[in-house]
Amino acid sequence: MAKVYEKSSAFFDTFERKPSMQKTTHYCPGCGHGTLSKIIADQLTELGLQDQAIFVGPVGCGVFIYYYFESAAVSSAHGRASAVATGVSRANPDSVTISYQGDGDLAAIGTSNAIHAANRGENMIVFFVNNNIYGMTGGQLAPTTLIDQTSTTSPYGRSVLNDGYPLRMAEMMAGLEAPTLVARVGVNNPKNIRQAIKVIKKGLEIQRDKKGYAFIEVLSQCPTNWKKDPKEACEWIDEVVSKQYPFGVFKDLTDERGAQKRRSERPEFSAVAKQLGLVDNDDDNSTQIEIGSDALQFKFAGFGGQGVLSLGMMMAQLSMQHNMEVTWLPSYGPEMRGGVANSSVVVSKDVIGSPIVDYPDVLVALNRPSLEKFGPMVPENGLIVYNSSLIDQVPANLKGKVYALPATELATEAGTGKAANVVVLGFIACKTGMFKQADIEAFLAETFKKPALLETNIKALNAGWQAADNI
Amino acid sequence: MKKLVKGNEAVVIGALVAGCDAYYGYPITPASEIAQAASEHFLPLGKVFVQAECEVGAVNMVFGASSSGQRVMTASSGPGVSLKMEGISYLAGAQLPCVIVDVQRVGPGLGNIGPEQSDYFQVVKGGGHGDYRNIVLAPSSVEETYRMTIQAFDLADKWRTPVFILTDATLGQMMEPIDVCEEPIQRSDKPWALDATAETNKNLVTSIYLDFDDMETHINGLHEKYRQITDTEASAEVYGAENPEIVLTGYGIVGRMLRSVVDTLNERGIAAALIRPQTLWPFPSKIYQQTVKSGVPVLSVELSRGQFIEDVRLSLPQHQVTWYGRVGGNLPELGELVSQAEKCLKEASNG
Repeated sequence: MAKVYEKSSAFFDTFERKPSMQKTTHYCPGCGHGTLSKIIADQLTELGLQDQAIFVGPVGCGVFIYYYFESAAVSSAHGRASAVATGVSRANPDSVTISYQGDGDLAAIGTSNAIHAANRGENMIVFFVNNNIYGMTGGQLAPTTLIDQTSTTSPYGRSVLNDGYPLRMAEMMAGLEAPTLVARVGVNNPKNIRQAIKVIKKGLEIQRDKKGYAFIEVLSQCPTNWKKDPKEACEWIDEVVSKQYPFGVFKDLTDERGAQKRRSERPEFSAVAKQLGLVDNDDDNSTQIEIGSDALQFKFAGFGGQGVLSLGMMMAQLSMQHNMEVTWLPSYGPEMRGGVANSSVVVSKDVIGSPIVDYPDVLVALNRPSLEKFGPMVPENGLIVYNSSLIDQVPANLKGKVYALPATELATEAGTGKAANVVVLGFIACKTGMFKQADIEAFLAETFKKPALLETNIKALNAGWQAADNI
Repeated sequence: MKKLVKGNEAVVIGALVAGCDAYYGYPITPASEIAQAASEHFLPLGKVFVQAECEVGAVNMVFGASSSGQRVMTASSGPGVSLKMEGISYLAGAQLPCVIVDVQRVGPGLGNIGPEQSDYFQVVKGGGHGDYRNIVLAPSSVEETYRMTIQAFDLADKWRTPVFILTDATLGQMMEPIDVCEEPIQRSDKPWALDATAETNKNLVTSIYLDFDDMETHINGLHEKYRQITDTEASAEVYGAENPEIVLTGYGIVGRMLRSVVDTLNERGIAAALIRPQTLWPFPSKIYQQTVKSGVPVLSVELSRGQFIEDVRLSLPQHQVTWYGRVGGNLPELGELVSQAEKCLKEASNG
């Protein structure tokens, strides 16, 4: 005789992941979870998706969903199943990722993760089992608990004033653009079960076809915590619960949506090197430059926007190209927004200990507050270059050798005031003898790809260089 | 192939060289350049990058990706790392490899975005619930940040455990050259991972064991693993005089500042040495015991009010270990540290 019905092969024959009583489930008599599990198993079998399925379990009564399904599974922290499922789905673009969550898990502690997974349109199907109560922890108030419904933490009934209104998750999810399918079904009577089968099948087909996110809210009876017998519980869903949470398909874009397959690749190192713009520069300028001592410490300071960070970076980059050890350290944060910004650079023949520059050998001050703040820190044999275009008064307490450089004016003559930092670079390079003019020009050519901008900066460099030569 | 990059960018380059498959993160100063650089480079390479809705979401996406056998990472700073702690406990419990970067800023609370080392307890001692450990690597330069990121992925796979890289605002924001080449990578087989094929149908990644005896066995197993890690992975840099009359110790940015202090002291005729832990868990206690001879004073410097020093004192119960540090975003000046070392030495010789 032909078999017309058999247990889904998506279920284990004996529940081997269950520590004891491996022939029965952990659900209470009359619970809706069992019926839902059966529908999912049947549809996985029918669609041939069991091997592709990865279950993400929640915290709540569904925590042991993996006891029953012979599919790969992971259990997540309370509320985080949709986030964990995001990681699973992105890592396994060919999977059918199933996030199975209850109402406390998804609609309270994990609302944010649930909504954002939906909003990204992750390739996953989310079963939201709404029994308007916390089952596993002992019948506490859920965001979905009905008004006036009692629970172990709403012993006088849910009050709107104290607890707000029951959350309609399916309607909220349907308001998002990304989800492909959003529906609410029931597992409390044969008619509702037939509809649930149709919707669940469609949700799984969406996963098979990589058409994005499906959200299926399932009204499920909880006789234990509702303190009703199973028959009363099933009837209560029709008579009361479904008035607050109406059944229906709220959104269905299955026919409009195409496959959206996300990438997860392992490129060769050569591709990584290309992406990072790595250049084989090991042979460049293999001899170190002469800096007059083992190490030089620079401080470049000015208003945010005067290019003091990039001036420091140019100094560091050029020194690195000449095989010197370098560090570059920016000031950053609120002071960058219009205040005094600075960068510290250490150039050394040997390994650099501290990158902090308290007493600079060379200070560049492009505005007056910088000169006042850092000028006195420069020792007697140090060098201070200040922007005489913007600073008319030099503090009396400076010890180092002081040079006035009209950096902004020279830069403006070259084409743009923004090149004041390059004027300074030319000046310092000439004064310290660190770099040849041609080396800096070659460096600028790598930095500024637009010919007009490059020309301006080379003019600025020359202006700074000549100013140093003329002093 | 030399490249001048920020410490935060070095993390991402290290991750790419290590074959990291996915990055999940959330912006926070002073760690944001990590997420920015990851978004720039991961997506064009066909790798996964998602800016999560929150830190909690990010670490749980890491959980999902790691369950699936990917090399995966996230990064944040103190306040964000606090939020991730729940997920990190689950990662440790489920024995999932991943890399987590904490670019430390000032706390408690909102604090500020300057450098501090006050996440030491949070990161090194656990932070989340339950009886677990994380491997914690503490680089002190951009190059070391790069190297340790590569190493972190290998260690995470080798030991099936989360690995932290503990840096700070200064190390994250500063630039130094790194030397980037193709590196040999120890990618482990992960037969336990979930990969949507019939072969992995029986695989289950979880941290729940209802049976008390099963749970005890699991926890004891974790701790047997931690013992092996302690025996094999602890490391520190020792620098300076061979028979020091004073030993300075500190990690991260402080560690490299102390290198300059040791140089200055040695120039002044004081035999000084530095112990700079490169792993904070496991703590390199044996290196301390081998390096610090009886009666030699130790100056322990940190950017927090006495967290790191606890492990130094536990390693050297017979020694005088003096704390010095700055907090609030301040870094000590070198002269300040030299004076503290001289003071420490003087007090020790006065008995």
